[in-house]
Amino acid sequence: MSEPLLQVEHLKKYYPIERKWFGKQGAVVKAVDDISFSVMQGETFGLVGESGCGKSTTGRALLRLIEPTGGQVRFDGTELTALSAKELRMKRRDMQIVFQDPFSSLDPRHTVQRILEEPLIVHGIGDRQERQRMIRELTDVVGLAQSHLQRYPHQFSGGQRQRIGIARALSLRPKLIVADEPVSALDVSIQSQVINLLQDLQEEFGLTYLFIAHDLSVVKHISDRIAVMYLGRIVEIAEKDKLYSAPRHPYTQALLSAVPEPDPDMRRARILLQGEVPSPADAPVGCAFHTRCPKVMDICRARRPELAETGEGHLAACHLYPDTLQEDERIHS
Amino acid sequence: MTQPILQIEDLRTHFFTDRGEIPAVDGVSLHVHAGEVLGVVGESGCGKSVTSLSVLRLIPSPPGKIVGGAIRFKERDILRLKEREMRGIRGNAISMIFQEPMTSLNPLFTVGQQIREAVSAHRGLGKKEARAHTVDMLRKVGIPRPESIIDEYPHQLSGGMRQRVMIAMAISCGPELLIADEPTTALDVTIQAQILDLIRRLNEENGTAVMMITHDLGVVAEMCDRVAVMYAGKVVEEGTVRHIFKNPLHPYTQGLIQSVPRMNEQRRRLFSIPGHVPILHTQMRGCRFADRCQHVMPACYEQLPELVELEAGHRSRCLLHEVKFKEDVV
Repeated sequence: MSEPLLQVEHLKKYYPIERKWFGKQGAVVKAVDDISFSVMQGETFGLVGESGCGKSTTGRALLRLIEPTGGQVRFDGTELTALSAKELRMKRRDMQIVFQDPFSSLDPRHTVQRILEEPLIVHGIGDRQERQRMIRELTDVVGLAQSHLQRYPHQFSGGQRQRIGIARALSLRPKLIVADEPVSALDVSIQSQVINLLQDLQEEFGLTYLFIAHDLSVVKHISDRIAVMYLGRIVEIAEKDKLYSAPRHPYTQALLSAVPEPDPDMRRARILLQGEVPSPADAPVGCAFHTRCPKVMDICRARRPELAETGEGHLAACHLYPDTLQEDERIHS
Repeated sequence: MTQPILQIEDLRTHFFTDRGEIPAVDGVSLHVHAGEVLGVVGESGCGKSVTSLSVLRLIPSPPGKIVGGAIRFKERDILRLKEREMRGIRGNAISMIFQEPMTSLNPLFTVGQQIREAVSAHRGLGKKEARAHTVDMLRKVGIPRPESIIDEYPHQLSGGMRQRVMIAMAISCGPELLIADEPTTALDVTIQAQILDLIRRLNEENGTAVMMITHDLGVVAEMCDRVAVMYAGKVVEEGTVRHIFKNPLHPYTQGLIQSVPRMNEQRRRLFSIPGHVPILHTQMRGCRFADRCQHVMPACYEQLPELVELEAGHRSRCLLHEVKFKEDVV
């Protein structure tokens, strides 16, 4: 864990919701609004937040599965945002994605064999025999049987399908896997099987994960560092133990306190947030969280807090931490 | 606690499909006392939703059919009621909230019209009174500006708001039993916390009994007094929330609880139950969990264990207990 494998800077993804009118800029939804973070080699970096916070868009925009509106993504020494389509395709060998829905992310008309072989063919890897050998190896690694290779996705359960999706992502021996809610659609007993598998694979192949999820307990279990998103912005980044034991941002505090723990003795004091997440088409001015924040101050309504160091690699975007403010003023003066 | 208000006895709800008869609910017995919150937990396909739908006789037929058992609600056998009598109970004495608030509200009617339908039908309130009552209900479930929301359509509301509307509808006639089928599964955690808080308040303030169907062990630990754990159409363990979480007896319950990651502890590896849920059919023998159980014995494949009471109010369905019991006696 020395140098960053992935470095995201000022990433933005805006969706227009109105046509431009005589040069007047139409309204946009800021799905991802200027976020920066880096993921170290061999690390599992968790990205959490509630629906609509932009976590999945982030995952896709940085792989350029959707084109970002702005910002830079540096991956393994290459500036991804500057690559041509052809160069990008070559680079895709090193970065793969596992999707949430194991039902819609596998082609129903292809056998597992074909699903796993396709990436190898696209990248011209090995001859037919060698590919066969590689596929057999993959199925072993993810815990599927050889007899499964001739079957179609609908013949599998959700957990097995997710194993197929993982095998596909793994087939090119990538360095980075973006796992977008990989266990959310699975039952508890199956979920733990898949989480254990992901951890085993990381150890075996030295993988780096960007793990996107809304389940805070799962994210804590698997991640080294975690970023919390709210309305298209990162509000806090920290090592997981620090984040869970001493969350800085009021949103993180409320989010963590809202999770029901599977322990009847743990009924904790809960910070009940009022209201709901505002529409990203009409995000509040200043701090995006100020409409629901129990600790809101005047400045929060006026100025957007920057994500800044609050000590020991713990970053928060909140006016409660005066460092942020001073730095902000230094820039402005 | 006196007589239970809901008593389900040996309920069997089967589905008749092209691939044969599927015993989705296979001899389930449960009870809910007045004012109590009972959790019914299990993974997809365990029969928890079918059980709750059976209580209101909402099983789509065909293909489904209640083929056996009894459901007594305050001494009346629900399965013997005429459809007209059943309609008098649904949404009145027993009401239900569903997982997906978008598909369970009618998109063509305003929120107010949908809630009013229940009050007019069961309470015979006039138009004006019904509207006033509806506004009251919306206010009670924490909807801001109820006077204007009442005239909005479901698509104009967020997921959390829709679920509040569902709850307002469910409690509009002051039910004695509320069946909540995965009420917060489609919601974000901060909204889930609001909705759970609301359900708990209804339970405490009005004494409404709640049957909470969920797969989320966190929700169970937080909300329930007693818990029934279901697996493959059967109740495998039943007890107080403390029994289930602090001293689970059935290997499935034990595995389930151990396989959930927790925020307040760090384990290197999660426990996982190998394999997957069996495909149900009527010729099944032995314990449904045998294939995945780490304590499996040859007898498990032959004999279906009984649900035995091992301490007051704590029952489990496993041959291990019988073996142990015999050893103790010897």
